[in-house]
Amino acid sequence: METNTAILLTVLLPTLASVSNIVLRNQENLRDGVTFAAAVATFLCVLQILANVGNTTSETLVLFEVLPGLDLAFQVEPLGLLFAIIASGLWILTHVYGVGYMRGNKESHHARFFSCFSLAIASVMGIAFAANMFTLFLFYEVLTLSTYPLVAHKGTPEAIRGARTYLGILIGTSIGLQLIAVIWTYAIAGTLDFTRGGILEGKIAGPMVAVLLALYAFGIGKAALMPFHRWLPAAMVAPTPVSALLHAVAVVKAGVFTMLKVGIYIFGIDFLAETGASVWLMWLAAFSIVAASVVAMTKDNLKARLAYSTVSQLSYITLGMALATSMGALGGGMHIAMHAMGKITLFMCAGSIYVATHKTNISQMTGLGRIMPITFGAFLIGALSIIGLPPMGGSWSKWLLVMGAADTGQWVMIAVLMVSSLLNVAYLLPLVGRGFFLKGADIPDNAQMAEAPWMVWLPPAVTAFGCVVLFFFAGDIQTFLSPIVLPR
Amino acid sequence: MATELTPHAAMSLTEQLPVLQVLVPFMAAPLIVFLGSRGLAWILAFGTSAAAFVIAALLLGQVLDGSVISYHIGGWAPPLGIEYRIDAANAFVLLLVSGISAIVLPYARESVASEIPRRHHTLFYACYMLCLTGLLGVVATGDAFNVFVFLEISSLSTYVLIAQGSHRDKRALTAAYDYLIMGTIGATFFVIGLGMLYMATGTLNMADLADRIADQGANRTVVAAFGFIIVGMGLKAALYPLHLWLPNAYTYAPSVVTSFLAATATKVAIYVLLRFMFSVFQPTFLFEGNTLEFLIIPLAVLAMFAASVIAIFQTDMKRLLAYSSIAQIGYMLLGIGMLSQTGLTAAIVHLFNHGITKAALFMGVGALVFRAGGSFFDRIQGMGKTMPWTSAAIVLGGLSLIGVPGTAGFVSKWYLVQGALEKGWWPVAVLIVASSLLAVIYVWHIVETLYLKTPAKDIAVGEVPNSMLIPIWIMALACIYFGLATDITLGAAQAAAKGLLAGSSGMLH
Repeated sequence: METNTAILLTVLLPTLASVSNIVLRNQENLRDGVTFAAAVATFLCVLQILANVGNTTSETLVLFEVLPGLDLAFQVEPLGLLFAIIASGLWILTHVYGVGYMRGNKESHHARFFSCFSLAIASVMGIAFAANMFTLFLFYEVLTLSTYPLVAHKGTPEAIRGARTYLGILIGTSIGLQLIAVIWTYAIAGTLDFTRGGILEGKIAGPMVAVLLALYAFGIGKAALMPFHRWLPAAMVAPTPVSALLHAVAVVKAGVFTMLKVGIYIFGIDFLAETGASVWLMWLAAFSIVAASVVAMTKDNLKARLAYSTVSQLSYITLGMALATSMGALGGGMHIAMHAMGKITLFMCAGSIYVATHKTNISQMTGLGRIMPITFGAFLIGALSIIGLPPMGGSWSKWLLVMGAADTGQWVMIAVLMVSSLLNVAYLLPLVGRGFFLKGADIPDNAQMAEAPWMVWLPPAVTAFGCVVLFFFAGDIQTFLSPIVLPR
Repeated sequence: MATELTPHAAMSLTEQLPVLQVLVPFMAAPLIVFLGSRGLAWILAFGTSAAAFVIAALLLGQVLDGSVISYHIGGWAPPLGIEYRIDAANAFVLLLVSGISAIVLPYARESVASEIPRRHHTLFYACYMLCLTGLLGVVATGDAFNVFVFLEISSLSTYVLIAQGSHRDKRALTAAYDYLIMGTIGATFFVIGLGMLYMATGTLNMADLADRIADQGANRTVVAAFGFIIVGMGLKAALYPLHLWLPNAYTYAPSVVTSFLAATATKVAIYVLLRFMFSVFQPTFLFEGNTLEFLIIPLAVLAMFAASVIAIFQTDMKRLLAYSSIAQIGYMLLGIGMLSQTGLTAAIVHLFNHGITKAALFMGVGALVFRAGGSFFDRIQGMGKTMPWTSAAIVLGGLSLIGVPGTAGFVSKWYLVQGALEKGWWPVAVLIVASSLLAVIYVWHIVETLYLKTPAKDIAVGEVPNSMLIPIWIMALACIYFGLATDITLGAAQAAAKGLLAGSSGMLH
């Protein structure tokens, strides 16, 4: 298959799946089967692109010239391809999980749910393969809008309030700040194409560089940089499959992915390093990392704790960009993959516990590990990967970030990363200990295994295994990503 | 013989297009009354609108390259004879007006039947045709007094059309009366301004006026005339704070009338403002007078915010959209006030994009009214479930209103912000996006009402007939189409802006 055809298909297939969900709304099995097929086909298309392009940059595919010099266009480059592989691959698992969860949990409005879900994936593919900031911005907004119904899914006052916060912050920052940044960039650089080494060098100087970076950094609300992180915990009212894929992988990763794209292809790592424009962002990211971890420790609701953990982990990636070294950028890029695999495991485990026992708070989960060993085992592996311990994938991205910090002599940043690891241990592992080693009052000694249905427990087990596999392929990922930091 | 006097008289049908543009609907109106049949009335009205749309498209095709068509009515050469002058600016507006009319009419069939008693239908369509004639005439003509005449034709028929809403809600009568008073004041101001210009220059042809004003410079009479014309037209355009007639008129008029007027009437007034500011008075006049910077821009910004904030607190969806229109007119005026190629392009393209967006939205509400019998939020809540297609189209229109990328509204907003940045007006750029965020709030008010609440019990369930649904969707998809493929809209707007900024091309001999 031609690369360009494959790119179009990665966007079209999920879109069609979205439509088919509406058309087949009354035929449950057929509907979910078609979506599953679309998910597999999308993943295969992405693999086809990988086989065709490898880690080079493909020709630009222009669909429309929307404004003079501003195209709706796609292009494959390593970072985007990595993001697409992760998102489309995990879509297959999450779809299986989602079907199991929605049926096992007797949620309503399945068709609408999976339709919006597929549309969100389509926009993620658009973001991953966007050839310029304009295209990326377009799909970024589609992603926000298509996930809004998912957050509001339950229709309870709490869900509506959460969805309002979600939409308010994401649309507010993107239109209020990011759009200005994009138009400003276009006004001074005359282009928005993602170009290796950036497009802004020589076009802007002095403190204005930092101002423009600030408009981007805060405007990309999906990266959940403090103080614009409130939407993430608010979005946790959504059903767990949404939290798993969208708020551990697609939406938040779209945010930090955009952040990396802006840092690497709009500003250029070297330009950021020369001007020192990103130093403040580095400190803010460091603050986000520690502060969100501390907040996470105070949360008893498991999903809320994971949400704050995500806020913290996303800032690792922002930090990687703000370090303005190639090692930092590579570490940030790799962390997209590593954190996605780890965090989706944790979220799916949280959902699995909920389906099996309807428990949401950590304090109620005492002793559950004995009856749900697979779920809790997967949770342990995912947690270790998030913490960054070998032999889990997460250890490598953290390693690269530390190397990046060492390159620039930012010893404080190394300390921040280490402290954050300790905090991760403190808020993730107690649940595992509580589950396996403490005796729950309501769980008899000789209790049988009582996992959720297989569609719910299998996917987290697979992703947990993935966390281990990624440990051994980290070197390949680093080689794969290396062209993004080559000079112009 | 006329043919020997001027080459314009020996004409093929193509050369007659400028006058046919106005004449076709003008002839249709009495014909509808004479035939006196409800069915024929609608067919004739629709056929006429479709013909007008084709004519407008042909005209735009001829002038898109920046050329100008000068048509002499009856072969009488201007400035004594009446001249119709078509360039990119007005051909684009003609296309919008006739296009909206052609799409609204299929929708009108069912909607009118449900909102207006049968015995009024023939006269309703006749009035509608007169209104269309007036709007097209105002835009096509190159004669200042002719503008006034057509303006009155459209205004008088509009008052009647709005009053037809009284069969659903009696307040339509006071709304129409309010508009009658305000509209007449506006027209009076306008005609006083014209009188002064005539006194000062002795001519009423726009191009001739431009030449003579340029010759004699700005004396007090001319400046006063300018003031009267701006205020008079500002009233028709609902320029903040002269907008008071608009919310009631849009809220209580029949859905069809609201859809048509919201997309066209204020846009035509904006066009006349543009024409007088740039072609009759010349850009240099505007620079010297500082009119734009000290009058138009502050009012535009005020409109963007005040009207948006008021829209947020509305409980009637039609009224909400009416206030949103006032805010959006602020965007257009802001673009005009920038007095630059980018700013004017933004204003003109927004004129078009907002026209189709509001047509989609008002037709959508009309469809809700068709089932729910009212447009209050407590009537239409939860209708996302019972009327999924209409509601989805409303959401698309709402996104375009916000200016989400990929929709028509985004294109105009992009140009507007770019225009502000080019001028170095940072605060203005920030204000533009800030006011879009207000649009997010009121649009989301609609979305939540439609989707996240339970429907009222006594409401007829089911979608509207396809004859209504298809026009709504044509408009909704147009909002997306013109957000992605911008050749036509931006091309025409850029050509129009260029023509306007160059000032008058003077008399063509």
